[in-house]
Order: sequence, then C-alpha cells, then structure tokens
Amino acid sequence: MLTASQVAETYFLESRYMLLEIAAYLDRYDAASIREHSHNGNSSDHRKGEDPKLTLIRKALASLADPAAGIERTSALLKLFATL
Amino acid sequence: MQIIQPHYHAIARTAQDYERMAMSGVVAVAEPAFWAGFDRKYPETFIDYFRQISEFEPTRAAQYGIRHFSWVAVNPKEAENTTLTREVLSQMPEFFQKPTVLGVGETGLHKSTKNECDALEAHVDLAMKHQQLVLIHTPHLADKVHGTKRVLEVLAGMNVDRDRIWIDHVEEQTIRPCLDAGYWVGFTLYPITKCSPKRAVDMLEKYGWDRILVNSSADWGPSDPFTLQECVLEFRRRGHSLQESIDVFHNNPCRFLGQNPKFDIQPIRVEPCARESASRSAVRK
Repeated sequence: MLTASQVAETYFLESRYMLLEIAAYLDRYDAASIREHSHNGNSSDHRKGEDPKLTLIRKALASLADPAAGIERTSALLKLFATL
Repeated sequence: MQIIQPHYHAIARTAQDYERMAMSGVVAVAEPAFWAGFDRKYPETFIDYFRQISEFEPTRAAQYGIRHFSWVAVNPKEAENTTLTREVLSQMPEFFQKPTVLGVGETGLHKSTKNECDALEAHVDLAMKHQQLVLIHTPHLADKVHGTKRVLEVLAGMNVDRDRIWIDHVEEQTIRPCLDAGYWVGFTLYPITKCSPKRAVDMLEKYGWDRILVNSSADWGPSDPFTLQECVLEFRRRGHSLQESIDVFHNNPCRFLGQNPKFDIQPIRVEPCARESASRSAVRK
C-alpha cells in the first residue's frame, strides 16, 4: 500500500487534470449562458436560473473543499449526486 | 474527414499508430526533433536522428498512405550543453535542403535559463536567415506562464516574420498574448499533463480558429495520437460543420506548413455534387 506522500505524488497530475476539466465545464456553461442572455436581449444576471446540475457541482466542490469533510468524501458525493 | 497531425513524434510510436491514423483520415504528419528522454552527448547523435526522421520515417509513413514531414533543432533540455548546441546548429542547414524538412523545431524553453534563451535566439536567427518555418515549444505545467512570456520577449527582440512562427502547447493562461502578438499557436492534447480535447474546443470557440493548430504531439511518454480525433469528434458534436472541422484540422496545418513550398498539400473545401437525374442512376443499376 502507498504512503501518504506517495499517494500525493502519484495522483496529483491526474487530479489536477480532472479539476481543470471541471473548471472548463463551468466556464463553458457560463459562456453559453452569457450568449443566450445576450441573444435574448436579457440584461439580467446570467447566473440567475442556473441549471440544477451546475448547482449540484458547486455543492460537491464546496463539500470537497471543506476541511471538516472527513475521509468519506466519495460516498458523500455519491449521495449528493443521487439527489438530482 | 481529412486530418493533418502537425506535431507528432513518429519515431517513438509503432506502425500500428500509423495504420490507425490512416484509417481515421490522417493524410500527413509533421515530426519535430525533440528530447529523446536522455541528454545526448555527441553532435553525431543528433545528425543521425535528423537523418532518421527526414529519410527513414517518410518511408514508414508512406506504407500507410501518410505523407511525413520533419523539422530539425536542438531541444531546450539539451540547450544547456552550449558546445553541442553550437555544433549541431552549424550542421542544420544541410537538412534544410532535404525534400521533407520544413524548418527549425522544436526549439523553445524548458526552465527558461540563459542558455536556453540563447539557444532559442540562435535557432530563430538561423531559421530566419534560411527562410525556414519555426516551431517553438513552451514549458509545461508550472513553468508555462513564465516560459511563454520569455519566448515572447526573446522574439520581440528579433527581426522575425511572425506569420512563420508557431508557438506550441499554449493553454488558457497563455493563448491570448501569443495570438495578440501575431504568431500562430498550437494546442497540444495529452491525456493528463497538457490540454484536453474539450478544453481545446472551448478555446477554438472563444478565440476563433485563425492561426490555430491542434495536435497530439504523441511521443514516448503517456500520450495518445487519437486525442486529435477525439477533438474532431468533440468539435462536431458541438454542432460545427464538416467544412469548419476541415478548416481547423486540415486546412490550418496546410496554411501554416504550406508557407514552405515542400508542404504541397492544399486546403480543401467540401462541396456537394450536382444532383443526379433519376434516369442516369437507373442506367447505372
């Protein structure tokens, strides 16, 4: 079994990659929302009426970032995603 | 779909990759000289490597109907050996005469040391003197922003033709200064350590695709030549037309690489055939 520092080293780049994909997903959603709001001549905040999937992703990210999250993060996220 | 893979280290890949690329529409590859995974000691090692990619690789690619072109350079990691770099640079013009060599590449930066910057300047200077194209590698991961900035600074201090310079491996944090400065840029798609197909399409949609090349730069490390085809699929999946796909993944490489007349593959346009009459199709049956 790997030591803590081996885990940190072995999976760092892969985790970085996955976080960048999530960031790109959020950017892509915002870009599309802005385009739709502009097209509709809607001057209100494009962030209103956010898709529930995005809201769930943000909750998931917040729970991961919470230092009190404990070591059952994967299980917690699976339960969170099951609410959709 | 016809695709050109503009940055591909064929020397590090098996023939099966050529076969699969051919099956998926790749009609040409361009192979820059790069780091072998260890620091070469002798100029002759570079010369034989240049011979391999300019003489042998085209024959291997041709067995699958793929045109193969190449570039020559001392890569940034080996630029710390200044004596070796000078010796190899002095012999590079011989390779500019080869029928499939397109220019100087991949030069560039790794840790942006003084020796690397001097070598980059020497490579670009040689390319401009011999009217060659230039392919520049920018650093990876944490070194990328600083290294790209240094590349732009080195180039800004030289008399260069910006249309003939391709700054590769750009990402979201480095694309704008390179495009604003008037250079061609490349997105390099790697499974983990560089850009992804989805992020590449995001940038194509955000910046348009003038002066943009997409490549998978597949080499001896964890890499996959078919990230380029994944990108094509993602691009089409988002509603872009076949012509737009051909413009990005075939015609843009033609436009940049075709500035060297040896790269004689022309951009293509998709046009529908004239509608056939029913009687004519009945005769054929």
